Amino acid sequence: MMRPSRPGAATFLSLTFLAALLVLAIAAPLIAPHGVNEVIGGNWSPPSAANWLGTDNVGRDLLSRLIWSTRTTLTIATLSTVLAFLIGGAVGFIAGTLRGWLDIGLNRVNDLAMAIPTLIAALVVLSVLPSRVEVLVAIMALLDATRVFRLARALALDVGATDYVEAARVRGEGLAWIILREILPNALPPLLAEFGVRLVFAVLFLSTLSFLGLGIQPPATDWGSLLKENKDGLLFGVWAALIPGAAIALLAIAVSNVTDWFQEWTTGAAGRGKHG
Amino acid sequence: MPSFRTPAASGLARSLAGAGAVALLAARSLATALALLLAASVLIFAGTQLLPGDVATAMLGQSATPSAVAAIRAELGLDQPALLRYFAWLGGALRGDLGTSYATRQDIAAVISQRLGNTFFLAGVTAAIAVPLSITLGVVAVQWRDGPVDRAITASTRAAIALPEFFVGYLLIMLFALNLGWFDSSATVYPGMTLGARLWAVALPVATLVLAVAGHMTSMTRAALLNVLSAPYVEMAQIKGVSGRELVWRHALPNVLGPIIHVVAVNLAYLVVGVVVIEVVFVYPGMGQYLVDSVAKRDVPVVQASALVFAAVYVVINGLADLAALLANPRLRHPR
Repeated sequence: MMRPSRPGAATFLSLTFLAALLVLAIAAPLIAPHGVNEVIGGNWSPPSAANWLGTDNVGRDLLSRLIWSTRTTLTIATLSTVLAFLIGGAVGFIAGTLRGWLDIGLNRVNDLAMAIPTLIAALVVLSVLPSRVEVLVAIMALLDATRVFRLARALALDVGATDYVEAARVRGEGLAWIILREILPNALPPLLAEFGVRLVFAVLFLSTLSFLGLGIQPPATDWGSLLKENKDGLLFGVWAALIPGAAIALLAIAVSNVTDWFQEWTTGAAGRGKHG
Repeated sequence: MPSFRTPAASGLARSLAGAGAVALLAARSLATALALLLAASVLIFAGTQLLPGDVATAMLGQSATPSAVAAIRAELGLDQPALLRYFAWLGGALRGDLGTSYATRQDIAAVISQRLGNTFFLAGVTAAIAVPLSITLGVVAVQWRDGPVDRAITASTRAAIALPEFFVGYLLIMLFALNLGWFDSSATVYPGMTLGARLWAVALPVATLVLAVAGHMTSMTRAALLNVLSAPYVEMAQIKGVSGRELVWRHALPNVLGPIIHVVAVNLAYLVVGVVVIEVVFVYPGMGQYLVDSVAKRDVPVVQASALVFAAVYVVINGLADLAALLANPRLRHPR
């Protein structure tokens, strides 16, 4: 039986942080003291007992904006990452399982698509399409899907070369059966670890686009646009706009800790299975 | 017939064959780079021209009359077939003619040549500091691996990798520009500035970028070195009693040169994109700021031209990385 190695203090703290973010995102309407666009006073008022983080560029409560922005950022990043894994994973598995000319062709096209840095590609598309949520999700999902494709294809090639998949082929199982019953279960641990990495990347990417003014548009808010709108607040001692930056860093470290622990667990278990 | 060859002749023949193999591989990486660049140009053009968004409507706004839209389309040549426009654009770009900006009517090539210089200056100063710094830190970490020095280096690189650039940028602005007043919060450079003044002006953006790149570069150097140190020949050298320092510098480092060059190139390619955000944070007049401004203004010719320049630099650095790794790897230089 697989037994998780006991999570250390770092893993425990990381899981707590991730859970806290999740609660903030889901329960934002219950937790945030004020509405997302509720003006409650003058702009740039420094932190006080009533407004713990001060007010923003038009006098909205920054703590509330921060909580609401967590919800936007995490929702969009998760959505686009899930889409990226569905698209890139499906195409990558099909290419790696079928092999042959389809695989070679798809791999070439994918390599060519990766010739442009993702940020530049997103900026090019956003110069003609509006920065609406569905457009942002689609761009992020497609760009990320090229990275997922690479991994999924490599995993399918790897698993596909094993005897049991060969046996399934000889038995005459269909493509869908082989992918869902043989490849997917064996490729799951590395794919899940990659999911964490890609999710952090999506959060950073969306924040970057919004910070550049090309992501989430006002009056909606996310981590990047919160910083963009309130960077001048630094002059007035309103520093809360920097919190999303720290949150991104903590998220990256937390996810990496959890992923390490997860990988140790799965590979450790696999190792025991092989030798014991 | 190999049996008649003298050892010297066969050595010469072998190195000639090696040179030929290197030339062949170099030609192949050049061809790959050209193919990637061509693909990038197609993607950039298609991204701006074939998507449902329409440049003319975007420029005039949704309420524009159909005749005004038609007039603009004719003026911009948008009534021509897309394929013709692509070849006209690509042909112009190859001759150094990148067209004129919709928004400012300026010649794009002239603006880019100045801004690209500024961006290369920023990236160049960053690389000049970050590359030697990270390689040294990586080597030092491995030399005293698992000790307190290694742990400190590993922890700080992990933190540096996790911190987003804009966060570090504003943190430095808050500390060194707003509180201490040593630097300006915006990195203003202009033609005719002395080198010293220019370096002072870019100090904060360079520090931000160094932190971003050095984190990755140090940890990748450390990993590449550790990988080599776990090789059997290193164990052999250890058994023979070679000291720790000599082991790292004489036995491991030459073999890790290829991987390290690769690490450096990956991070330089990353730097090309990293400058976009940092230029916006510090209001630096480079290519990144130009691209972002043009996207916001929907100035499509400028977006196309700057994206093409970014893609070209990216492809060239990656191609050079492949080539350098090739030249640094003796096994590829002297096949068999």
